[in-house]
Amino acid sequence: MFKFHAAMVAAVLALGLPQMSHATSDAELQSIREEIKQLKQSYETRIEGLEKRLHDAETKATQAEASAAQAQTATVIASARPASESAFNPAVSVVLQGTYNNFSQNPNTFQIGGFMPPGNEGVGDRGFSLGESELNIAANIDPYFRGSLTISLSQDNSVELEEAWFQTLGLSHGFTLKGGRFFSGIGYLNEIHQHAWDFVDAPLAYQVFLGTGPRGNYSDDGLQLKWIAPTDLFIELGAEAGNGNNFPGNGDKNGIGTWSLFSHVGGDIGDSYAYRAGISYLQAWPSDRQYNDTDSVGNPVTNSFSGNSRLWIGDFVLKWAPNGNPTSTNFKLQGEYMHRIETGTLNFDINSALPVPDTYSSHQGGWYLQGVYQFMPRWRVGLRHDQLEAGTINIGQVQNGILPASDFPILISHTPKRNTLMFDYSPSEFSRFRLQYARDQSRPDGVEDNELMLQYIFSLGAHGAHKF
Amino acid sequence: MKGHAMNKFCRLLTMVLLPVASQAVHAALNVLACEPEWAALTQELGGDKVSVYTATTALQDVHHIEARPSLLAKARSADLVICTGAELEVGWLPLLMNQTGNGKIQPGTPGHLEASNFVLKLEVPKLLDRAQGDIHPAGNPHIHLDPHNIARVAEVITDRLSQLDPANAATYQARGKAFQERWQAAIQRWEQEGAPLKGVPVITHHKDMTYLIHWLGMREVGNLEPKPGLPPTAGHLSELFSNMQRDPAKMILRTPFQDPRPSESLASRANIPAVMLPYTVGGDDKAKDLFSLFDDTIQRLLQAAK
Repeated sequence: MFKFHAAMVAAVLALGLPQMSHATSDAELQSIREEIKQLKQSYETRIEGLEKRLHDAETKATQAEASAAQAQTATVIASARPASESAFNPAVSVVLQGTYNNFSQNPNTFQIGGFMPPGNEGVGDRGFSLGESELNIAANIDPYFRGSLTISLSQDNSVELEEAWFQTLGLSHGFTLKGGRFFSGIGYLNEIHQHAWDFVDAPLAYQVFLGTGPRGNYSDDGLQLKWIAPTDLFIELGAEAGNGNNFPGNGDKNGIGTWSLFSHVGGDIGDSYAYRAGISYLQAWPSDRQYNDTDSVGNPVTNSFSGNSRLWIGDFVLKWAPNGNPTSTNFKLQGEYMHRIETGTLNFDINSALPVPDTYSSHQGGWYLQGVYQFMPRWRVGLRHDQLEAGTINIGQVQNGILPASDFPILISHTPKRNTLMFDYSPSEFSRFRLQYARDQSRPDGVEDNELMLQYIFSLGAHGAHKF
Repeated sequence: MKGHAMNKFCRLLTMVLLPVASQAVHAALNVLACEPEWAALTQELGGDKVSVYTATTALQDVHHIEARPSLLAKARSADLVICTGAELEVGWLPLLMNQTGNGKIQPGTPGHLEASNFVLKLEVPKLLDRAQGDIHPAGNPHIHLDPHNIARVAEVITDRLSQLDPANAATYQARGKAFQERWQAAIQRWEQEGAPLKGVPVITHHKDMTYLIHWLGMREVGNLEPKPGLPPTAGHLSELFSNMQRDPAKMILRTPFQDPRPSESLASRANIPAVMLPYTVGGDDKAKDLFSLFDDTIQRLLQAAK
């Protein structure tokens, strides 16, 4: 009895029910039986509950199994590719492009009047021409760096290393460091690869101030540090130091051959508009930067400039799409203004026995403004106006009366202008056909060139992400 | 001369920086959600412990937006990026990763969450060829219209929030549990309400309703796009129309960001309803959160199936 009682108490305690009193009488026994009955019932209820929980758990387990099986399927799908070294192949993309050009003037005599020619300015070749085929290979190197290589193959079978850079991934606090050869972050269009441009060729201002040629970008070998502010408004500040091998710099130089600073701000205006605007500064110290011209009697001469070259760029881009959805229609307005100040020495006819050096200074500007409208899926139309102001050019030799201005024909004041109209059709995200017509008044003699271009652009391989 | 230019630049910087220095954002956990559905879900699960910014609206085609400056600014300060993944955002998300240098949100870190990695994806292509259109190698990325996927992703987000913000882990777990209970009850209700939709044949604009169709047991008998990502053409619509003579569809579905004209022209030719579904949170007046998104979607489907 005692045993039973003890067990009973233990059970009751375990169940957390009110404690019973010690009792031995029949009435008490009766009440104990009642209690046991109740206990039994309560146990049964609890067991039922437990059974239900067990059942639920089983169902859940089955579900879990099913989802595990799903996960397994997913894993199977994910690991369908055999493990191999090539699993870590970088993303490869190729751009194929070509143009058919019809120019009313001989492209070999193309010059932009009023500006020291960088040497690669032009409009392209007549007839069928392959343009640049581009190969890009990019991947994250490790958790800290990303690398990218872009090679362009020209129609004359020459290979050019367009970009080859590394970039930090996780410096955090908004900092990014880039090193190697890269398109400078100055201006707007400069960081965008040519195949993603809205017109076949570069603005005239890019050609005379940055020496990009008709299809290129301004790049340098060096380092770039960028910082993005911790604000809702996009604010980006950047600084670059380079070797200065490319126009407006040139040649060998110890230390830093060129440096630049840029700042961009940007954001959204409502759902439908997004913008970015910026100011950039590029400093170079060209030394014996040569260009070809003809003297007053028609003999070819080579002159050279040494000194200080400073370039300011103001840029903006405004994009509109209804509700921010550019799929059907969208509009993009973009413009850049450049102003350059060069001071130093101009050496006339360096290949002669008696070159004539004297002071040189210039304040020159140029701008373009373009609008591109996608009026229905696949179809876009665009208009661009280019204008350059030769500005003030002080040539020491001319001011001192040593040489006539006609000995520097390319520097005779001129206002080059160009209007360009383009249509393009993009069957898909990866293909585009473009028709472009330009009336070009760049030449120093004022002769107008009518330039008609047909272009195709195809992108193969990895889906590229394009900058805003 | 160098110094002069530098000075000018510094003055300019100060002018730009001063007004915005006070604007800097501070919240418990900054979350950048690529799509409204993940923003809504994260808000449900994180409550006031998270500050959520949505990169896109329900009126935008996520395939085609750009890495706008505003998104770069948000990504720079984000603690957690929640996206669909499966290459849905391939045209812009990589730039947010590698242009902002934010180590917290790089792929492979806890601050980088791609929802589609945690559910079973449908339509994983057997043939990877762009001749098939803009296909996604990992499978159809539009996973959110199956509420079971939402439940699964909710678990992942709850765990991720707890991991990144351990101080508030108890809150996240409690909110997560409460959400799952409400969500499972809602799923049961939707599945009951949606029972009449079983077997209903539909045409969709793009392959972005696949998970919804699969969940409700409907049948997808065609797409307005001739290939994924290519805009509908008159020729393809005629082809669809003649197919419908053999295999009729009961309705044509589209999202708020898709051009209504192709679906409406085919619908009127075939004399069936063209239905715009909210697609995601904010897609219409009624779809204010994930619950009302599915409520409204089911109601619109039932209405059209009558």
